[in-house]
Amino acid sequence: MNHALTLITFIPIAGMVVVLALPQAMKDICKWIAAAATAVQLLIAIWLYRSFDTATTAIQFAEKHDWIPSYHITYFMGVDGISISMVLLTALICFISVFASFSITRAEKAYYALLLMLDAGMMGVFVSLDFFLFYIFWEVMLLPMYFLIGIWGGPRREYAAIKFFLYTLLGSVLILLAMLGLYYYGAQSTFDMTVLASNASHYSTTFQRIVWIALFIGFAIKIPAFPFHTWLPDAHVEAPTAISVILAGVLLKMGTYGILRVNFAILPEATHQLAWLFLGVIGTINIVYGAMCAMAQTDYKKLIAYSSISHMGYVMLGCASFTAAGINGAVLQMFNHGTVTAMLFILVGVIYDRAHHREIAGFGGLAQQMPLYAGMTGFAFFAGMGLPGMSAFISEVLVLIGAWQTHPLMTVFGAATAILTAGYLLWTYQRIYLGPFNEKYAGYADLTFREAFTLVPLAIIVLILGVYPHAVLGLLNTSLVHLNQIVLSTPGPAVALLH
Amino acid sequence: MDLGNYASLAHFLPELLLSAGILVLIIVDLLVANKSHLGDLALIITAGALLLIALTPVTANAWLFHRMLVFDGFAMFFRALIALAALVAVWMSMGSEEVRGCDQGEYYAILLASTLAMFLMAESANLLMAYLSLEFVSLTSYILTGFLRHNRRSLEAALKYLIYGGVASGTMIYGMSWIFGISGSLDFTVINKALTAPGALPVLAVFIALVLILAGMGYKVASVPFHMWAPDVYTGAPIPITTFLAIGSKAAGFALLTRFFFPAISSLTASGSWQALKGVDWPQLLLVICVITMTLGNLAALQQTNMKRLLAYSSVAQAGYALMGFVVLSNDGIRAMLFYLFAYYVMDAGAFLVVMIVANNTGREDIGAYRGLAWRGGIVPAVALSIFLLSLTGIPLTVGFIGKFYLFAAVIRGQFYVLAVVGVINSVVSLYYYMRPIKTMFLDTPNGDEGTLAADTWNYGLMSVLACATIALGIYWAPIIAFANRSLNFFLGA
Repeated sequence: MNHALTLITFIPIAGMVVVLALPQAMKDICKWIAAAATAVQLLIAIWLYRSFDTATTAIQFAEKHDWIPSYHITYFMGVDGISISMVLLTALICFISVFASFSITRAEKAYYALLLMLDAGMMGVFVSLDFFLFYIFWEVMLLPMYFLIGIWGGPRREYAAIKFFLYTLLGSVLILLAMLGLYYYGAQSTFDMTVLASNASHYSTTFQRIVWIALFIGFAIKIPAFPFHTWLPDAHVEAPTAISVILAGVLLKMGTYGILRVNFAILPEATHQLAWLFLGVIGTINIVYGAMCAMAQTDYKKLIAYSSISHMGYVMLGCASFTAAGINGAVLQMFNHGTVTAMLFILVGVIYDRAHHREIAGFGGLAQQMPLYAGMTGFAFFAGMGLPGMSAFISEVLVLIGAWQTHPLMTVFGAATAILTAGYLLWTYQRIYLGPFNEKYAGYADLTFREAFTLVPLAIIVLILGVYPHAVLGLLNTSLVHLNQIVLSTPGPAVALLH
Repeated sequence: MDLGNYASLAHFLPELLLSAGILVLIIVDLLVANKSHLGDLALIITAGALLLIALTPVTANAWLFHRMLVFDGFAMFFRALIALAALVAVWMSMGSEEVRGCDQGEYYAILLASTLAMFLMAESANLLMAYLSLEFVSLTSYILTGFLRHNRRSLEAALKYLIYGGVASGTMIYGMSWIFGISGSLDFTVINKALTAPGALPVLAVFIALVLILAGMGYKVASVPFHMWAPDVYTGAPIPITTFLAIGSKAAGFALLTRFFFPAISSLTASGSWQALKGVDWPQLLLVICVITMTLGNLAALQQTNMKRLLAYSSVAQAGYALMGFVVLSNDGIRAMLFYLFAYYVMDAGAFLVVMIVANNTGREDIGAYRGLAWRGGIVPAVALSIFLLSLTGIPLTVGFIGKFYLFAAVIRGQFYVLAVVGVINSVVSLYYYMRPIKTMFLDTPNGDEGTLAADTWNYGLMSVLACATIALGIYWAPIIAFANRSLNFFLGA
């Protein structure tokens, strides 16, 4: 399969075309077409996972064709250890989210077409190695997201959708300028990320720093890092369940992936000098501030959204550590956060579909009525807290071990926040699932088969990666250690603050 | 080559065809009782002119009519672009309810005359010719703008246009007289020699003269501070004419501006960048105009509720983006500008066409007429308008993104970093108002009083072609950039 990456990116587009071509009378099978397309995508992802050679740092499954030769723009796709893990995550989350979408009844054709387009855009970002191509996918994805939130969202959907679009477009145009700067002022004019990375030393220090910051802002908006995070709670609260799942499960990872792929690989010197502030300090703020905000929320979904911000902080902190453990932990955390948060959002969706509200104070004692649901939520909450035996434990501990060696003070804050996290999750659990039963909710059905079908695979992955993290770490280690070596070989920051 | 009157005619066939066509239209209008086919005739004439342009490639540059006009790659590009704009304008006129009530023969004859005038404007090699063609374009535009005789807005727009135009052309010809006094000639190449020759130059006098001339041209491209006429004229004119002014007249303005500023008063250096006239910080001056034009256009568009007015302010902002290619004073920049003008043609014509389709069906131009358009039988125009508006914003997979990409590339390469940042922030701001009609069409639910939309083959056909072109050229644009590259060929005299 020489075209595996093209196939995995454009299978959803093929599905989209089929969905759009269906006559209105057959709109009921849209979801099955979407399911089939994402299933094929997942199978290809698994095949890629199985055939991936973990011993090399080289680009694998590469495809390269000329696109616009006069501007050195190529169609260049390929994966290394970092991207293969994200490809796997994207395929998995998209497959799950199709099933989480079955409760959508309005304009299904348009919904599934946009969902598949979003899927293709995200997959494209992770497999592109030409900066121009990367950028196209990066931006193309904004549009379906806007409509998915804007048409199928909650009461303030218009506000949330345009806010999302404006924030992320601001980020992307900065990336565009940075990309053009790298193109013109490098050793040779190219958008090929692998070549750009090998030319890293050609850029002057000031130039590197300016471009690095522009790129960082662009990617940080996606993560979302403090203070660019305010679009996320709004988007999550208004988005339909499946879109929240994709948003938290995959979209946020594109930010940290971009930082590793572009900032780390192409501008290692600036990374080495600026990371402590932009990734370390801001990451720590994300962890603490996100957790505190989560604690103050009265809306179940907003709480999960803020916990997402908090958990993405660990990824940033791990990246800033420049240790093998920290950076491995960071990318593993990206994967784990994807699965755990996807579960949490599906669980919020389950109760919202029944009660049509998400006020934490309005629930109580649901465990009596819906024991399976309460059990599954308990499992997901413990996973979110990073309980030993579950996947997030491994990644957070790796991040903290790694960060301790370079940024002990920040690590203390990061580690201490685990108490806050446990606090808000357990408190929420108590208010919603325990205590006196609210009779208003009598007669609610427990998890349906479809809901269980979306949750159980994720739960199994959480458990497996809790005891055997090597399944993903094995993919990452070679590429990440190599990347880390490149960054460490450059001159470090002049002032070693907070060490 | 310096061709005389007879020899020039071989390079002048599209213009000749248009001139003959105008006469034929007037005569047929007098003889035939049924006027409904005059539009078809105009369409055939325009298509014929376009065909002639396509069939006569630039083999050798030449001066025509004793150095009055110039025949080179650059003029070729604009002739093609203006002919395409005229084709769209005629096509739209045939399907427009507004135009149906007008005097068909006069309307199409003046429309073609305006096209002819724009051709001449793009080819001028002499200040006198430049002035005459610009006045010719203006006069025909005034009439076309006020063509809806029973519509007060249309008449008011024509009057405003006339007054602004009179002031602008007066200013311009005054500046030209100074240049004539300084250089002793009206011929661009002679002016160039006189102004770039070593030796003392009355810098202040040249500066004043050039600013006066650029004011006249700035009025044609609707750049700030000469843009005030645009919103009223665009709103008042019949929609096909608005479209023609937005894409055709603006392109002709850019052609004259570029030809005057670069070959006439600047000199090309070996590295592909242009050395502007010494004594004045031209990049800085142009940069200020460019930045203010895009920012003001975008900010003013934010609050508009009439679609034509929204697109009018957007077209001011778009002129600002195109000017970025001008500011950097390099061939890179001009190439980007040419590409952007082509992209602008495709997407802006499309956007106005959808506005016309909605106006035809509902009689309304305000944004309320678009409420829930996608859910009340207008899914095709809704999707098409979204494509055009996203392209105007510069979202990838549309030709508008590629246009902006080249512009920003030229700006970054020219090291105008502040301009680049201002440009991208403007793009983000513009997203807000470009998304508003999209939001209204898809996110809002119809009230029920918006009226229904009936599909018609001709308008929907053109709309689909433009929408497909917007996307297709956003994915594979190599032919267009190659064309722009070939057109980067000014005849400087040999």
